[in-house]
Parts: sequence; structure tokens; C-alpha cells
Amino acid sequence: MAVKVLTGNHAVAEAVRLSRVKVVSAYPITPQTTIVEKLSEYIEKRVMDAEMIRVESEHSALAAAMGAAAAGVRAFTATSSHGLLYMHEVVWWVAGARIPLVMAVVTRAIGPPWNIHVDHQDIMDQRDTGWIIAMAEDNQEVLDLVIQAFRISEDPRVYLPVMVGLDGFILSHTSAPVDVPDDTEVDSWLPPRRQPYVISPETGLVMGNIAPDEEYFLMRYSMHKAMEKARDVIKKVDIDYGETFGRSYGGLIECFMCNDADYFILLTGSWAGEAKIAAKKAREIGYRIGVARIRFIRPWPREELLELSSRAKGVLVFDRSISFGSTGQLFSDTASTLGIGSTSMIGVIAGLGGVDVTAEDFLSVSLKFIERVEEEGRVYEPVYWHLPERVRDKIVKPVMPLSRGDS
Amino acid sequence: MMAVRLKELPRRRYGQPGNAACPGCPETMGLRYLKMALGDDAVLVVPASCISVIQGIYPRSGINFPILNTVFAAAASTAAGMSAGFRLRGMDNVKVVVYAGDGGTADIGLQAISGAAERNDDILYICVDNEAYMNTGIQRSSATPYGAWTTTTVTGKTEQKKNVPLILISHGVPYVATASVGYPLDFIEKVRKASQIKGFKYIHLLAPCPIGWRFDPSLTAKMAQLAVKTGFFPLYEYYKGKLTISPPSRPFRDPKRRTPLIEYLKLQGRYRHILNDPNALKRIEEYIDEQWRWLNLLESTNGH
Ligand SMILES: Cc1ncc(C[n+]2csc(CCOP(=O)(O)OP(=O)(O)O)c2C)c(N)n1
Ligand code: SF4
Ligand SMILES: [Mg+2]
Repeated sequence: MAVKVLTGNHAVAEAVRLSRVKVVSAYPITPQTTIVEKLSEYIEKRVMDAEMIRVESEHSALAAAMGAAAAGVRAFTATSSHGLLYMHEVVWWVAGARIPLVMAVVTRAIGPPWNIHVDHQDIMDQRDTGWIIAMAEDNQEVLDLVIQAFRISEDPRVYLPVMVGLDGFILSHTSAPVDVPDDTEVDSWLPPRRQPYVISPETGLVMGNIAPDEEYFLMRYSMHKAMEKARDVIKKVDIDYGETFGRSYGGLIECFMCNDADYFILLTGSWAGEAKIAAKKAREIGYRIGVARIRFIRPWPREELLELSSRAKGVLVFDRSISFGSTGQLFSDTASTLGIGSTSMIGVIAGLGGVDVTAEDFLSVSLKFIERVEEEGRVYEPVYWHLPERVRDKIVKPVMPLSRGDS
Repeated sequence: MMAVRLKELPRRRYGQPGNAACPGCPETMGLRYLKMALGDDAVLVVPASCISVIQGIYPRSGINFPILNTVFAAAASTAAGMSAGFRLRGMDNVKVVVYAGDGGTADIGLQAISGAAERNDDILYICVDNEAYMNTGIQRSSATPYGAWTTTTVTGKTEQKKNVPLILISHGVPYVATASVGYPLDFIEKVRKASQIKGFKYIHLLAPCPIGWRFDPSLTAKMAQLAVKTGFFPLYEYYKGKLTISPPSRPFRDPKRRTPLIEYLKLQGRYRHILNDPNALKRIEEYIDEQWRWLNLLESTNGH
């Protein structure tokens, strides 16, 4: 083990190297690019014994990774935002094919207008694809999750691909000390590649020809079952990783000051750091707020949330994305888990397009909510827009992504 | 390269009874010849197309190939990944072969092919060209020839056929060839030759489709030969920077020896509306001249 100062993206690259990935195939997009650059360098300088396929698009990036994985080797790709959307068809195909694979998603807003900063719209758009979806809070967790992702994906009870999300710039481009395990430690922790099948002359198998509707239905059922089983696998992998490397995170969610909390902030990604500061400040002024950080968006941490909410007076869900015309995605999953009317709930939409959300923001929104709950009894507000102050007074008329030259 | 002889070919049946192709299907003919050429060391990558249907229904397959089915636009990249995977596992003997339609090649998959060709990925890409989107019910592709009826060009296509082999030649890949299901031995010979070469190989296989072209299913092979004899679809290969007109096409380099174009067109219902339109026929003649002009031009650079 050695402590290195790494950006989130370089933590990804280290983890991919340590996981002895054989084929990397990727296409650059801000803020994922430095992952591709680092891995290219590792492969060219033979730091990694692997092949880099420098594809012409993200659609091809994932397709090539899938081809390599179907031939029997560990494969990896990474993308962001528009790249992830462009790849979306293949995202489904890989999961349906039940091919173990890992992809890093450096979360970023989607245009128009162009915006390269963090939000979670891109990764949330993948929720229904059959991929396991993890989100890191810091660079250490990025490294740990990528290594764990291979073990989870290649577990015979699971055999589903895994996405590891890390927030654009906040993690991807910010350096922090990261404990990097030795090669040999990872070698003995991560078993050799396992996968449900290989397409080769020896096996003679055909993947993906037309199936009768009933069999198709059954395959979808089987994917869901695998996702359900993944819950236990994820928890065990987290514990097991902790025993070897000294770091465990709590399984599907990480709970901060939850034990005696009356209210919970529920969110995912790096802004949990600010939420935790807010929770501490709240204690100082007499409010018991805990932070439940979703580490795995899929499979959804159903039991964990039910457990927490049974003792809670209210839940604040912070979404960095929105399903237009509905609610934030984490909120809709939370509401479907807890049941509307069970406990007070508010769905806060904040931090879109990289707008900063500070501990003060978390605290002020939380206190306002608490006040309402104490006054009104039960509050249910599915969509609450926490707009940045600078534009709050501009919401009276429709806004479109249009500019004009000085002619 | 030894010429292929009929009696030396394997006798095993490769396209099995019960596959889901229409009678007279040229894509199935191509698959059979492909298997005869490659034997058991090949894996197919198949994007959305009639070939995804022809395989038949899970959990069986009517085609004796291991197959990785993939999305419409990514056959070349899927194959590139597979080929890397086998290489890293020391299984260099396994040949990764794409078998894709003209839509999956000339249209939606063109970007992926161009990428794989430029990287010189070690795959054999076969475009089985029935000159339209047949899977979805006969819509035009960029490989549909001028004048042809499809369900999205009901008065005939107004643009000429896109020349994908030329596009690939210009990528500088080691091997590009055209073939026709009407000349199986020529096709098999080309597949065998290509599969011995490292890097990106491309074979454009003309596959007249009785359903889409509107002709009698017993005429598939004849139609595939007429396309060559009229000069409409010249057979050639481009290897190590040298263009060679293939034996079946050699006599037809001379326009006087070609079968009159009308003999080819009149058998196909898709051309019915232009058979009496001299301007339309002239445009197809011009297309043929243009093909040969390119080939002569390329040939003239041989050995320089
Ligand atoms: C992304 C995407 N768009 C559209 C389709 C629908 N589709 C399936 S096969 C096909 C046409 C295939 O044409 P071609 O490649 O020429 O093969 P053929 O059916 O003629 O063998 C289309 C449009 C698809 N499967 N995927
Ligand atoms: S439509 Fe044409 S290419 Fe497709 S299966 Fe039928 S005959 Fe074959
Ligand atoms: Mg076609």
C-alpha cells in the first residue's frame, strides 16, 4: 500500500491497472478524458499488459469492450454526458447479454446549452438498463469501487455490468490522497476473470438471436433477480474489501450521524461532503439530521431506507437531476420505497449544471423543511426547486438556450 | 493462392433446415459459402439485419457458426474488441468475421467500419449487399441503385449506389474485394485469401434478394451472375495496393461483350417502372461506366 495524490480520474486509471484489465476501449469527452489519456500511457509504456482500442465513438467504445469481454477477457471503458447518451443502445445490449464489464461514468450535465460541469442527469438516464450503478463520494472510494466493481460484475450470482460514477471536476479533476494497494494485494483479492459464457469456436454458442416472447420475458425476470442478488454480493464485497484493505463503506448506503437522527438528507455523489458538514452544524443548533448517502442507485437500497425511515420524522431527497414532468429520480425511488403518506418527504432539485451547493444551502433548505413539518404535521412536496440566487427572480418568463451575435 | 475446386469443398450442411430465411435467400447462400471457406475456426459478429432473423429462434440456431449478435451500428467495433480479446488469450487462430447487411455497412455502420479500417483491426468484414433494408421490409439504403423501387422510394431511387469498396480502398487497408453469390468459388477463394491476411479485410458480397428485388426465388444465382455479366457489379480484388479484375468479370471489361443491361433489369420487379424510360436507363449505364472508369484508373496505378 502506498499513499498517492491522485485526481479522481487517475484513481480510476490506477484501479483499472490494478484490476489487470486486458482491453480498454474509450473515446474522449470532458471531464472523462484524463482517464483515457492515463490508460493509453500505461498501455503504451507497458505499465499495463493490455490493448487499447482507440475507437471513433462511444457507441463503438462500449461495443468493442463488449466484444472483448465476450471473447473472454476483462474489459473497461469510461465516458461522460453526451458520450454516455450516444452509447445508450449498447448500454442496454451489454446488460441483456449478461456480459461482466466495468465502465466509469464521470458525471456531467447534458446540453443544450453546452455545459461541462457536474450533475447527475447522464447517469440517472441509465437507471433502467440493467447495469449496477455505483456512485463515489471521494477519490479513495473511486479507486475502491472500480476494483470492487469487477468482483461484483464477475460474481456468478450477478453477471451484470457495473457503472462507477464519479462527479465531473469535483472528483475527476481534483487531487486528493488515495491509498493505492499493491498489485499483489489486489491480485489475491480479485479472483481471475469469471463470466457466464464465451463466444468462440470451442463453445459454438450464439448470443442474442430472436427468442420467443415468453423466453424474452423470462430473461428480463432473470436480470431483475440477478440485480436483487447483487444486494448481498455488494454488501459482502464491501465487508471483505474492508478486511483486506481496511476500508468499508456500509454496503448500498453510507449513513452519517443516522443512529439518532429525526431527519435524513438522502443524496448521492460528492456533494454528500457538504451535506455532512450541514448535518454537523444542525446538531450544534439542536437539530438531529443524518445523511444517507446512496452508494448504489441500482440495485436500489430498499431495505436500508425502510429501516432508516421507520424512525424518521422526515426525509429530504436532494436530486442533481430531474425527470421533467415528474420528480428527481432519487425522490421517485424513495417515495416508491417509503410510500406516500408514511413520513414527511421533500424532493429538492439542486446543483444542476454544476451550480455549487454548499453546506449552508443544505442547512437552510433542511431547516425550512423541519420547520414546516413541525408546524404542519406531515409535508409531502415532490419537487422543490432550489434555484441559484442569481437567477431566482428570472423565473417569470420561459428561458431558452438562445443567444445573439452583435450584428 | 490455389484456385478453389468444387470437389474439395466440405460436404457438411452448414445452413441447416429450419433456419428462418425466405426461399432463394442470397444471405443464406453467402453464409454457407463462408462456412465452407473458413471451416470451424471462425466466429461471426452480426448486427441487426435479415441475418439476425435467419439464425432462427432461441435456444437453437439454424446456422453452424458461433455468433455474437450486436447492435445495428457497431458490428465492426464489436468485432474489433473480440479480435483483441482472442489475441490476448493467445487464440490467434480464431477468425472474427462480421457478416452485415448493406444498411449496417453503407449507412448506420459506416462510422464504425471506417474506425476499424483506419485502425487496421484484425477482422474480416463481409457486407452482404441486397441493396436495401430487407429486415424492416424493403426500404432504400445508400447502396440501393438508382431507379430501384423500395417502400421509401416508390417512384424509384433518385441517387446512385454508394460505392463502399472504394471508400475502404481509400482507407489503405490490406485487402478489399467484391464478390457475388452467383460465383461461389470466387467468393470462397477470396474469403480464404483474406483470412490469411493480418489486419482489416473487406469483402462486398452482392446478394440479390428475391423478396426485395421482386424476382422469382429460383433465379437468385442467375441474377447474381447477370449483375456481373452486365458489368453492373464488377468483381475484383485490391491487395497490396494492386487491383486485379477477378476472372468472372474479365470478359466484361469490354462493353461489347456484356449482356445487355435490360436483361438484368427486366427480371426485377423493382425496375418495372423505368424499363421504358430511356433517361433512367442511361443513368444506370452511366453508373456502370463510372464503376469501370474507377477500376481502370486504379489498375493504371498498379506497380507504381
Ligand atoms: C439503431 C437501429 N435503428 C434501426 C433498426 C431497425 N433495423 C433493423 S434491421 C434494419 C435494416 C437492415 O438492413 P441491412 O443492413 O441492409 O440488412 P438486411 O436486412 O437487408 O439483411 C433496420 C433499419 C435497428 N435495429 N437499430
Ligand atoms: S428478405 Fe431477402 S435477404 Fe432477407 S431473408 Fe428474405 S430472401 Fe433473404
Ligand atoms: Mg440489405
